Amino acid sequence: MMTPITATNDFVVKFANVNGSGSASANELFARAILRMGVPVSPRNIFPSNIQGLPTWYEVRVTEKGYLGRRGGVDLMVAMNPQTWDNDLKEIEAGGYLFYDNSKPLPDSKFRPDITRIGMPLTEICNTTYTDPRQRQLFKNIIYVGALSALLEIDPAVIEQLFSEQYKGKEALLQSNVKALHLGRDYALKHLPCPLGLRVKRADNVGDRIFTDGNSAAALGAVYGGATVCAWYPITPSSSLAEAFMGYCKKLRVEAETGKNKCAIIQGEDELASIGIAIGAGWNGARSFTATSGPGISLMTEFIGLAYFAEIPVVLIDVQRGGPSTGMPTRTQQSDLLACAYASHGDTKHPLLFPEDPTECFEMTAQAFDLAERLQTPVFVMTDLDIGMNTRLCRPFSWKDGQEYDRGKLMTYEKLEAGTDFGRYMEVDGDGIPYRTLPGTHPTRGGYFTRGTTKNRYAMYSEAGADYVENMTRLMRKFDTAKSLLPQPVLYPAAKTTGYGAIFYGSTSPAMLEALDVLAEQGIHVNAMRVRGFPFANEVNEFVAVHPGTFVIEQNRDAQLRTLLVNDSKINPAQLISILHYDGTPITARFIVEQITRHIGAHSVVPLKKAVA
Amino acid sequence: MTYLAKPKLHHPSLSKNKAGYTRRDYEGKISTLCAGCGHDSISAAIIQACWELDIQPHRVAKLSGIGCSSKTPDYFLGNSHGFNSVHGRMPSVLTGANLANRELLYLGVSGDGDSASIGIGQFAHSIRRGVNMVYIVENNGVYGLTKGQFSATADKGSKSKRGVVNSDEPLDLIGMALLLGATYVARSFSGDKKQLVPLIKGAIEHQGAAFIDVVSPCVAFNNHAGSTKSYEYVRQHNEAVNRLDFIEGREEITADYAPGETVTVYQHDGSALRLKKLAEDYDPTDRIKVMNYLQEHAARGEVITGLLYFDAEAEDLHRHINTVDTPLNQLGAKELCPGNAELEKINASLR
Repeated sequence: MMTPITATNDFVVKFANVNGSGSASANELFARAILRMGVPVSPRNIFPSNIQGLPTWYEVRVTEKGYLGRRGGVDLMVAMNPQTWDNDLKEIEAGGYLFYDNSKPLPDSKFRPDITRIGMPLTEICNTTYTDPRQRQLFKNIIYVGALSALLEIDPAVIEQLFSEQYKGKEALLQSNVKALHLGRDYALKHLPCPLGLRVKRADNVGDRIFTDGNSAAALGAVYGGATVCAWYPITPSSSLAEAFMGYCKKLRVEAETGKNKCAIIQGEDELASIGIAIGAGWNGARSFTATSGPGISLMTEFIGLAYFAEIPVVLIDVQRGGPSTGMPTRTQQSDLLACAYASHGDTKHPLLFPEDPTECFEMTAQAFDLAERLQTPVFVMTDLDIGMNTRLCRPFSWKDGQEYDRGKLMTYEKLEAGTDFGRYMEVDGDGIPYRTLPGTHPTRGGYFTRGTTKNRYAMYSEAGADYVENMTRLMRKFDTAKSLLPQPVLYPAAKTTGYGAIFYGSTSPAMLEALDVLAEQGIHVNAMRVRGFPFANEVNEFVAVHPGTFVIEQNRDAQLRTLLVNDSKINPAQLISILHYDGTPITARFIVEQITRHIGAHSVVPLKKAVA
Repeated sequence: MTYLAKPKLHHPSLSKNKAGYTRRDYEGKISTLCAGCGHDSISAAIIQACWELDIQPHRVAKLSGIGCSSKTPDYFLGNSHGFNSVHGRMPSVLTGANLANRELLYLGVSGDGDSASIGIGQFAHSIRRGVNMVYIVENNGVYGLTKGQFSATADKGSKSKRGVVNSDEPLDLIGMALLLGATYVARSFSGDKKQLVPLIKGAIEHQGAAFIDVVSPCVAFNNHAGSTKSYEYVRQHNEAVNRLDFIEGREEITADYAPGETVTVYQHDGSALRLKKLAEDYDPTDRIKVMNYLQEHAARGEVITGLLYFDAEAEDLHRHINTVDTPLNQLGAKELCPGNAELEKINASLR
């Protein structure tokens, strides 16, 4: 028998459940309880594209140090699903623990000798306590949370507090949940080896951080950013974003005096209509957006091109997942970068924003509306399932009161009346951004006919090559202007001078920051840069230039960000070393560390030239 | 049609409407369509209707998809904003534009290829949502801009210019509009301006989804013997069920028709539609009967025209989703942003 793992505030618990069994809320309760004890947690849902009956997992990393990336490996498996038993068992680290329902005896061959078994007759307890089948099912979850609280030394008062917040005014529900909790807890204290080697100890490492998911944070960002028109089509993992927008609008966007809505939300018949509605609204001066995922982006692509050429502000939030249509809708990836950056036919390119967590989903979504109107172009917020659908501990939201929205270059009635020369596609200020009029501005001036590229600077029909080229070069200038307006990269300098750099973005952030610490402990120092927008700031070129080798860490197969760095920032590909994770699970620090050390090891042979000299 | 530029100067004695505009102020660029194209007559009818209704041209937004018909918004209301969007996708762009500013008048111009083939989905859904718009399909049964392929409204058995006989069933846009809940449905013929102008005026004043199917012959590719969308065929088979007189203001109505011959209906805005019955027992307010009537007469090869259906109590999308009266595009941070104090409360609820 292997020595059981001992760890305080630093371990991984994984719940294996059947979806539709009510386990999700019990598991989240478990995570929140630890958080309330001042210990950071990072939970992740690993769920199937299904409503009932298929396997689902909930993984909670307890991390006093605040490493919020997925760690990899499992210290305690709560195995509630016979379908996945064999694989779940394999995932447990040597010396780890297995919590299971032993109502029915299982042969020894179904276990591993190097782990600690903790059997509890959950089904039996439920069957003797409850008569209603649904109650038996739901309270089983709460009972195991109760047992775990005893096994891991989670303060039951914290869980009771969470119940009382959740079931405010629903006394019966509150009582029955508290009862189930103690049923499990009392059994564990009496019959199980409490506490285990894994323990939760009160700490003070959560601070004022909030616990929320990226989709609702982005939806809130859209509310604060002044979005009034939202058109969307249901698609995992973005549906909850539009639904959260509806929820927030119900609370925050109803005109007090009339009860009327200061927003219009349309569930389109498909993604084509959704982006069409958003573009129509943007053309007419409302702040509009759509939320979708990769397959939706594909369908929207023709429209995105038109909006690029016709210079219409619109925001697209792409919650990325594994492709294609019947791809891995419930798995995470960063695999739509190229599809979005160059979406459409003809020569097109679009600004992308890369939020790292829910807080940045909020901030960047709000900012995207200013950018879209300033740049008069579609702007993409590139989030993903890992950030979008998982609850993450992050900085609280904040807003600077009193700031007006940047509506960009609008030609007003007064300016038109004063006789200002108006050409819808005319360069005026040298930044490539023309002025636009909104429909209905002036009775006789400023009206124009919007079309793709068969036009001159005054929006008059033209198929002349010179007009086309003038327009396209101005659009290039405009794209260049975007560089300085987008969120700038964030530097994470190494403690010691190093020749290695690393570029990463989006949801890779927590795993990467943890990996940098682990590498530093091993004596490998890496300067890191998190890019937050495309087109890339010039700083990115400088960063790559000063490092003999720069790792580019991504969650896709084809090194899509690296492609953009080479193609758009003209960086020498020989300087960029790809580290790619794309199995649909969130990238881990372990993976990054292993890849970087392996690479450095393989290249630590002294070059012949140097050796001879 | 012509390469000669239109003179920009107006004759000083041109009369002005109540809004202070001459009829010329409602014109657009010179049409580039073929001489005799039905679409140009429809553009002229739109100009006439807007001028007679004293509409300020810049308060109209013209939206279209792709095709010959979708080029026409450049040829009328030159001071209005226009949007030549994506093939088959005008309805969604119009819907979004309408949501952004409910105060403008939205004119969607499309063709049979644009609406009945590639755009059938968006046609259907914009109508079921009740978008307040005038949706005109300039229907010639053929793809003109790509030189003569059948469209989805080409009748079964009709013959193309190259002699191919169409074996597919036609798509019935009027029937679909009725099924999907359009609250103003009309069909007309580009060659009958007297009928078409009041129908467009009625549609403009209608506060809901108004759909007009205008049979508009393509002189280049679908005006030959064997076509069911040629000038000659439509003239021979056109059966108008009523004549519409569009009247503004309730008080102007005078009973100069014998009882039983006319129906007068008031719309939300107070305008009145006075219909002179041409077909006995045709009741344009009974949707089920209208659908039956149209099916029966279509089976006889008749092209039924007139104001086919209307619902004087129509509601529109803004009413359904209860949006504020102020156009959404005029709301600023003061009205839209809940501020930091609210955000602090939200933060507190997420701990």
